Amino acid sequence: MSMQLSKDPLNVIICGVGGQGNILASELLASALVEKGYFTTVGETYGASQRGGSVMSHVRISARKQYSALIPRGEAHIIIGFEPIETLRVAREYGNSNTKVVFDPRPNYPLAVLIGEAVYPEIEAIATELRYLCGSVQILEATRLAQEAGNAQAANILLMGALTAMPEIPLQAEDYSQVLSQRFKGDVYALNQEVFDLGYRQLAV
Amino acid sequence: MEWMVTAKEPGKTFLMQGNEAIVRGALEAGIRFAAAYPGSPSSEILTMLGHVAEEMDLHAEWSTNENCAFQACMGASMGKIRSLCVVKQNGLLTMGDALHTAALSGCWGGVVLLVADDPNAHSSTNEFDSRHQARAAGIPLLEPATFQEAKDMIVYAFELSEKLQQVVMVRSVTRICHGRGNVTLGELPSQPSQPKPIGEWDKLIAINWFHDLLWAKLDQAQAAFEDSSFNWYTGPEQPELLIITSGTGWLYSVEAVDTLKLDDRVGILKLGTTWPLPERLLLKYLEKSPRVLVVEEVDPFLEHNVASIIGHNPGLNIQLYGRHKKSALPQSFELNPDVVINALASVMNVTYQAPQTGEVPAEAVVTIPNRDLTFCAGCPHRASFFLLKQTLRIHEGNGVVMGDIGCYTMGGNRAGHFLLQSIGCMGAGINMGEGLGQLSRFGFGQPVVALAGDSTFFHSCLPGLVNARYHDSNMLFVILDNSATAMTGFQPHPGIPVNCMGKPANAVSIEKVVEGIGCPVAVADPYDIEATTQLVYDLIKKPGMKVLILRQPCATLAVRSKGRRKVWVDPELCRGDECGCGRFCSKTWGCPGNIWNYQTGKAQIDEVVCIGCGVCASLCPAGAIKVEGGQA
Repeated sequence: MSMQLSKDPLNVIICGVGGQGNILASELLASALVEKGYFTTVGETYGASQRGGSVMSHVRISARKQYSALIPRGEAHIIIGFEPIETLRVAREYGNSNTKVVFDPRPNYPLAVLIGEAVYPEIEAIATELRYLCGSVQILEATRLAQEAGNAQAANILLMGALTAMPEIPLQAEDYSQVLSQRFKGDVYALNQEVFDLGYRQLAV
Repeated sequence: MEWMVTAKEPGKTFLMQGNEAIVRGALEAGIRFAAAYPGSPSSEILTMLGHVAEEMDLHAEWSTNENCAFQACMGASMGKIRSLCVVKQNGLLTMGDALHTAALSGCWGGVVLLVADDPNAHSSTNEFDSRHQARAAGIPLLEPATFQEAKDMIVYAFELSEKLQQVVMVRSVTRICHGRGNVTLGELPSQPSQPKPIGEWDKLIAINWFHDLLWAKLDQAQAAFEDSSFNWYTGPEQPELLIITSGTGWLYSVEAVDTLKLDDRVGILKLGTTWPLPERLLLKYLEKSPRVLVVEEVDPFLEHNVASIIGHNPGLNIQLYGRHKKSALPQSFELNPDVVINALASVMNVTYQAPQTGEVPAEAVVTIPNRDLTFCAGCPHRASFFLLKQTLRIHEGNGVVMGDIGCYTMGGNRAGHFLLQSIGCMGAGINMGEGLGQLSRFGFGQPVVALAGDSTFFHSCLPGLVNARYHDSNMLFVILDNSATAMTGFQPHPGIPVNCMGKPANAVSIEKVVEGIGCPVAVADPYDIEATTQLVYDLIKKPGMKVLILRQPCATLAVRSKGRRKVWVDPELCRGDECGCGRFCSKTWGCPGNIWNYQTGKAQIDEVVCIGCGVCASLCPAGAIKVEGGQA
């Protein structure tokens, strides 16, 4: 099978808030890619993120060589957003007019909003700005779907299902499933596999 | 992943975190001893070594502080086995005296000191460049540029350490430690090494007689570095510009040259051995290039050392660019591909335009709220800061709170009502509090309160507490005991009865230590806001040195062992904006689990975030917040 990518390096950003599991999601994705023989680098910007801060993983995939852990400005090909305003923050800095964006519309309210100092923007307004900034924008209610499937925390794996279905990503659903089955057992595996498939179907063409 | 770092599959390639690669390197080198104190971005290294300690037959410990950790490694070295010490940049300074003396005595079994720097201070209070310490102490320094090198350099560092009988420092950074990439495994040793007896006249003594020997070891290291496989050049025979780079700067430089299509004009000399510098190798390339750009994290360390070589070789006529005086790159903060691409474009006088987003009409631009760091849902520190604020700012009016390093450092921002008035290094709170507390004899009348976490207490507060007791400073020392080193990922400390290898440990009681020093000590639950507020009020009214332990396990840990209790708002009881509480639960209490429902105009619990501590239920004036199984 050809290892060639539509873009080399292919730059993917997975972003959200501490505790949403995006570091695990990007690690599983990258493990599947290394297993397939790709050079893959993951750069994780999280700092003290367990304390509710922004979290961003840069995943860089290449058939040729190892890239640095950071994507240059404007060079993200795909942005997967676990949280609406974090998606917008990242798209402004790393997106371009061809970037594909998929995001979960469920807000995680920052402290400034909780205490009434700032207002959380309307989801539709966020989507509108994203549509001006980037090439395509898709809303995927990952947390709601994962909650219905049994656990809201599994939204991360659901979004990885959607990402894996995108034609740019050189993985089949089975490749990611294999990593899931290595990492999880029993009911946890079953739930993660179920939400992965759910996410995959949402974006599969 | 433990199975990856101990896999007996040489030649197999895995995705590894930089910290995993470092662990793998240490295991391939056959270490039998590892000691560290937790500090991001290095913390995963010893956690993982603890998990594999039994399987790999080694001793791993979270030492009380970095000074203990490093000197323990030096002790193990006397038994002629290999030991790894892991610290972050601040921790390196904690063990500064130990390092400088160890460099004089040298070591027997290999000692590798892995220092994880944090350019940009993602999870630190500063971005101190640890490389200065290697040069100051006079020990060899290696800097990995990739995840693969992070593994390979650890193996080499042990060989070098034993060849020179000297401590070797390996300097990693956040983008290596917390990044992930392809790593191909080497062999694990078939047999663990055994300690060897120490003869009567075998001594490790650090005295200045050995200063010349220290220099001789550096000369030996330099000779080895001239031919090191961690250094190489790529580019044209006669480059218009030579980039000299180390660490993560290398991949940024390669990407910058690619992006600007300058590969036939710009050469790159990548260095993995950065102290002492391989001078002959450098001169070979310096002689070919009229202009040099140095790309490195954080300080112009390499740049100044290259400048020194240029200064000592009068035939060279070179224009040097780098971070010094911002001649090409910023003086502070972390590098990234953009910064390097722009610097290279400017030095080479070419233009660069990053891909652009589409244009957004002004009316469609959304205002994005900032996302401040805050305490997690249910965090006992939120309760502690709330009751300290009640006592020291509302009832008493003017208390001064001295901070320290841990999750509770966030008490200096909104999460802790901006209560902290000083934030220093580990242990700064008790020491600064002791000094300020002495001023009461000159008429200084404000209550003085110093904070420390339980892990910080053991790490660096004991001498300060003895000092404050001995001199009877007029202060209250509050120990925020959440039963973990929470900030860095819940590592055990001397107060925890299980060590990092999962073995029972002789836990040290904080209150017994404090009593032993002779201080009056009280223990209270921060979740019990009413009673504990009264206790703090009573304590600050008493003269002299007092200690209060606020004890409640870290909520993120507690939820893992005890599960979540359901908490909800009874919409019949919540009076919304009519209440007069000013939306207390979301606006003042500020827990991420307490949100405001703008549709109903009532309080709400975010059930995805709430961990069920129930403290908000005890504070709601309308009694509208309900907890499964009754109140907290």
